[in-house]
Amino acid sequence: MNTYYFDYASTTPVDSLVVDKMKECLSVDGAFGNSGSRSHVFGWKAEELVEEARGNVANLINCDPREIIWTSGATESDNLAIKGAAYFYSDKGKHIITSKIEHKAVLDVCRQLESESYEVTYLEPNNDGIITPESVEAALREDTVLVSLMHINNEIGVINDIEAIGKIVKQNGSIFHVDAAQSAGKIPIDIENLEVDLMSFSAHKIYGPKGIGALYIRRKPRVRLQPLFHGGGQERGIRAGTLPTHQIVGMGEAFKLAKEKMSEDFKNLSKYRDILWNGLKDMEEVYINGAIDNTFPGIFNMSFNFVEGESLIMALKNIAVSSGSACTSASLEPSYVLRALGRKDELAHSSIRFSFGRFTKEQEVKETVDLVKDSVNKLREISPLWEMYQDGVDLDKIEWA
Amino acid sequence: MAYSQKVVDKFEQTLKNPKEASVGRWKPGDKDFHRVGTGIVGAPACGDVMKLQIKCENIDGTNKIVDAKFKTYGCGSAIASSGELIDMLKGKTLEEAQNISNQEIVDILELPAIKIHCSVLAEEAIHRAIDDFKSRRNND
Repeated sequence: MNTYYFDYASTTPVDSLVVDKMKECLSVDGAFGNSGSRSHVFGWKAEELVEEARGNVANLINCDPREIIWTSGATESDNLAIKGAAYFYSDKGKHIITSKIEHKAVLDVCRQLESESYEVTYLEPNNDGIITPESVEAALREDTVLVSLMHINNEIGVINDIEAIGKIVKQNGSIFHVDAAQSAGKIPIDIENLEVDLMSFSAHKIYGPKGIGALYIRRKPRVRLQPLFHGGGQERGIRAGTLPTHQIVGMGEAFKLAKEKMSEDFKNLSKYRDILWNGLKDMEEVYINGAIDNTFPGIFNMSFNFVEGESLIMALKNIAVSSGSACTSASLEPSYVLRALGRKDELAHSSIRFSFGRFTKEQEVKETVDLVKDSVNKLREISPLWEMYQDGVDLDKIEWA
Repeated sequence: MAYSQKVVDKFEQTLKNPKEASVGRWKPGDKDFHRVGTGIVGAPACGDVMKLQIKCENIDGTNKIVDAKFKTYGCGSAIASSGELIDMLKGKTLEEAQNISNQEIVDILELPAIKIHCSVLAEEAIHRAIDDFKSRRNND
């Protein structure tokens, strides 16, 4: 049996159309030049391609190409956005709002800023995993310099209402940063309709190469950032470093394709999610982490109670998925995202994230339904917790050693 | 997590053929249940629960483990460790079983450092099961 890849939220394969474009920017007969070289045609050609790509990225979210800055990926974009704004506007205040279920690229930056005398409020999601506009409003203060929230959550796929949140943040005069690593190219984003000042993007989540990302920085009104990298003055001094033409071209092409394929991709992902859920929902003690509504269908997180997630992944050896189980993490802690939803630790240990993508086939998902059922049943057969549950024992009332 | 082939094999055998791998239980009311000791260790919130049962017979005045069964909730190496422990137990006296150390399981399964707690859990399970059996025997 082939191995089926259902971990698209982790990374995606590069679309072959993207690969073709990238190849044209590397070797001696291609556009290998430095886009910063103003004195010859090699530089001009590279610059032309870089700007075309910038246009493609801007086009996907309906912004001005001059509002797009290249970075090495969403992690750098998050760092640049949060630190850059926090440092530049520190006169306004040193309070930052984020949530407990952000990506580590946001949380760890906030932790760092806390050690630099900034104060951070970590919002709790509701039980579905959504950060409500009301909770943001309640946390805003006069000295709130920045609010940083993700658009689609990478573990559970829920979508935050960044339109409503943006309005509230703007009223307060704070900067609003959105991590759109999981949403760009998957669901529509129209910056014209959003009060978003900074937005992080990644190429490899949407069939582009790893190692390249971008940051949207609003021009009107102009948002300013203190740079993290200093050097040759590229990207108007906001992010120094020779531009990697092939990576940028890859990201541009991926974003162009994403715009063309977004509705078709979305339709297919919804179908796959429904096949999976309809096939599994009648099993006993199966839970959705997050919600079915207001959720990106490409990410579907479930818990199979009384079965530990890593063992389930091991049993599903021909299926590539990820788990919120502690045993799959280096820290031995279960997913902080699922815990923040108020899920019991045991359900976090029992969670599996399926994430589908453009190259997923319907037949693969159908086969997976049966494989998951079979594996869960087998693991429950050897689970003492399942045995107790079947015996009618209330597991919450046991004093575990 | 890159497991040794031994962990993978033990895990897969257990799943494929649970009975043969001694997955199961003795429950109150079963014949000879008074000669069964049960040890349950771990906690669902920690991601590992191991239930080990040993059945003992008095042979020439010494209690020997003649059979053992287990059920385990946990990662692949926790399940493999329980299975490995079962293989070690059968035929041993209680004293010999008491002296099994987790390191033996670590060595056999080539457990990575981050999974050593699975073997510790197995060692605790056998101690609990022996204690339970001893407390039970008084009620013979």
